[in-house]
Amino acid sequence: MKRWIAGLLVVVLVLAALAWMFFPSPRERSPQSALPQVNAATLRDPALIARGEYLAAVGDCAACHTRKGGVRYAGGRSLATPFGNVPASNLTPDPDTGLGRWSFEDFWRALHLGEGRHGELLYPVFSYTSFTKVTHDDALAIFAYLQSLPPVRQASEQPSLRFPYSLRRSLAAWRALYFKPGVYQPDPAQSEQWNRGAYLVQGLGHCNECHATRDALGGLSPDHTLTGGQIPEQNWYAPDLSVNQGGGLEGWNKGDIVDLLKTGQSTKGAAFGPMADVVRKSTQHMTDTDLDAIATYLQSLPARPAAQAPVSRVTFDRKKGAKLYADRCADCHGADGRGVAGIYPPLDGNTSINEPTGINAIRTVLLGGFAPVTAGNPRPYSMPPYAQELNDEDVAAVVSYIRQSWSNKAPAVRPSDVSVYRHTPID
Amino acid sequence: MNWFVLPHLAWSGLASRAAIALLVVCAPLAAARAADAVSTADAPPQVPDTIQQRVKACSTCHGVHGEGSPGDGVFPRLAGKPAAYLAQQLAYFQHGLRKYAPMEYTVRQLSPAYMEEIAAYFSAQEAPYHQSPVPSVSAAVMERGKQLVERGDSTRGIPSCVSCHGERLTGVEPAMPGLAGLSYDYVSAQIGSWRTHTRAAKSPDCMAIVANRLRDSDITAVAAWLGSLPPPTDMHAQPAGVEKQVLPGWCVASDAGVTP
Repeated sequence: MKRWIAGLLVVVLVLAALAWMFFPSPRERSPQSALPQVNAATLRDPALIARGEYLAAVGDCAACHTRKGGVRYAGGRSLATPFGNVPASNLTPDPDTGLGRWSFEDFWRALHLGEGRHGELLYPVFSYTSFTKVTHDDALAIFAYLQSLPPVRQASEQPSLRFPYSLRRSLAAWRALYFKPGVYQPDPAQSEQWNRGAYLVQGLGHCNECHATRDALGGLSPDHTLTGGQIPEQNWYAPDLSVNQGGGLEGWNKGDIVDLLKTGQSTKGAAFGPMADVVRKSTQHMTDTDLDAIATYLQSLPARPAAQAPVSRVTFDRKKGAKLYADRCADCHGADGRGVAGIYPPLDGNTSINEPTGINAIRTVLLGGFAPVTAGNPRPYSMPPYAQELNDEDVAAVVSYIRQSWSNKAPAVRPSDVSVYRHTPID
Repeated sequence: MNWFVLPHLAWSGLASRAAIALLVVCAPLAAARAADAVSTADAPPQVPDTIQQRVKACSTCHGVHGEGSPGDGVFPRLAGKPAAYLAQQLAYFQHGLRKYAPMEYTVRQLSPAYMEEIAAYFSAQEAPYHQSPVPSVSAAVMERGKQLVERGDSTRGIPSCVSCHGERLTGVEPAMPGLAGLSYDYVSAQIGSWRTHTRAAKSPDCMAIVANRLRDSDITAVAAWLGSLPPPTDMHAQPAGVEKQVLPGWCVASDAGVTP
C-alpha cells in the first residue's frame, strides 16, 4: 500500500515537473475574455440577486466560506485536507480581502475552470470539479448575489500545504488526471425533472465530493460516482446514494429522500454529522420542485454489485453488546431496532449502521447529538453522547451488536477503531 | 437471564436438582415473558412529547433536572441558572467562543429559539445542591479565597465574586450565573479556560479581565472557598437590581474580550 502511494507520488512529481516546463500559466493560454462583458446594472437586478441567494444556498457556499461565529460568506474557515489546510476565501465584495475587484469573468473562471483572478490554479478543495457543471446564468446570479452583500474586511490566511502540494503548478498534473471542465449537458433521453436533479446533484450540490471514495491523491474516479466514501480528515462515511439493489439507500422511495433533505429525517434514517449541516444550511431551503428533481435523479442510480461477503476476523462480545443495547439503546430505538417514526431513526437496515467502515455508528454512539433543526422539525429529539460512560470495548461491543442484528450484516468493529474516532476532532 | 445461570448450577447433583426445579418453576414464566417481549417488540417505544425527553443529549451529563454530575462535579449544575445566561452560553459554544468538543457538537444543529427553550427548561428546575470534594488547602488559602469571594482585592483590581454573582452566589437575573453548587474542579477549570482562550464572552468580557488578574494561587483559593460553601437555602437567582444593570467600572470593552 505504502509502496503504491510512493509510486503514485513519483508519477505526480514527474508530471508536475513536465507541466511546469511545458504548460504556460493558464491566463497566458486563454484569451482574456470569451464571455460577453456583464455590465454593472445587470448585477443589481433584484430578481437576479434573489435567484443567486437561492442558488448560493443550494450550493451551500456559506458552509465552507464562513468561519465559526463569523459573518456569512466572509471566509476564514480553514478546510483540512490530507495534504494540508486550505482557508476558504472571503466572498463578500470587499476590494482588498474579498471579491470587490472581481469581474463576473473572474468569477466564472474560478467556478468553471478552477482558476484564480491572477490565473493561479485553485486547490480542488474548492469543488470546481463539480461547479464546472454550473450554467453561465446560474453563475451570474450567484455572483450578483455575492456582490450585493455588505463588504466585510477579513483577509484569508495562506494555505499551509505540504510539499509538493504547496506548489500550485503541481495542480496542473492533478487536473490532467481528475478535472474535465464543462457545463452540464442535459440527457435528451431523460425527463426535464431528471435532468434538473442530475444538474443539481452533479453540479451546484456537489454531492459527489463527499459521497464517493477519493484515491491517495484526493481524486475522484468518474467510474464511481455517488457510491459512498469516507470523508478525508472529517472521518465520517458518506453513504452510497443508490436506492436500488445493493445501494446504500436501498428501499428509499422519493418521499424518504425528500423528507430527509427537507426536514433532516425520514422514516429510513436521520441526518447527522456533516449531512446535518448540509440539511440545515442548504437542502431544507430548496424548493419542493428541486427536491423532487433530486429524488428522481437519485432513484435512477443503478443497482450496485453485491458486496462480497466481508472477510472479517473481528469478533466481539455479543452478550455484552446485547446487554448494552437493551440498557442504553432499546428505550428509543426499540428492541427490534425499528426506532420510532418521526422521532428516533431505525437501526435495522439503516445505511449509516451498515456502511463498510463502522465510523458512523461508532461516532454517533460517542457523540450523540440532535437531529438538525429545520422548519419541518423545529424541536428535534436527541441522543445522549456515550463517550463519557462507555469505554472502547463497550462501544465496540454495542456497535458490533447493532451491525449484526435484525437484517444487518455488517462487519464487527474493534475497540481500537473506537479509540481512533474517539479522538477525531469534530470540525 | 435464568438460562445463563443454569450451567453453573449443574456442577453438583444438588444444584442440578435445583436447576430442574428452577426450570419447572420458571419455564412458564419465561415463556410468558417471551410472549410479552414479542408483543412489546412489535409496538414502538412510547416516547413522551416533552422537552425533558427531547434533551436526553443534555441530561446524560448534566442530569435530568440539570443538577450536574454528582460526585466529581465535572459537568456543571444548570438548574436554576438564569435562562438568558444558559441560552447565551449555548450560543457561545455554537459560535466558538467557548471550546469543548462534546458541547460544540451537541449544540451545533440547534436554532436560537430551540436553545432558548432548552435553557428555559433547565433554568426552571429546582434540583437539590450537592457538594463535590474539595482538596485540602491551608487555612491561609481558604482565608484568601473568602476574601476574594466576599471583598475582592482592590490592590490588584479584582472585584469580589458577590458584587456580580449575587450576595448568595446564586446568580442575578437576567443573565448572571450562580456560582453556588459548582465544584472546585469546574470553577478552577473555567477560570483557567478564560486565560487560555477556550472560554470567552462577547466584549466586554469581564471574566477574562478578572481571570487574568488572578494569581494561580488565587484560582485555587477562590475555587476551594466556593466549592466548600454549604448549599444555599434559597437556590433562586436574585432579582435584577437596578444599579446592577450597569457594568462595573473596572470592566470596560477592551482587547481582553476575545472574539474568535
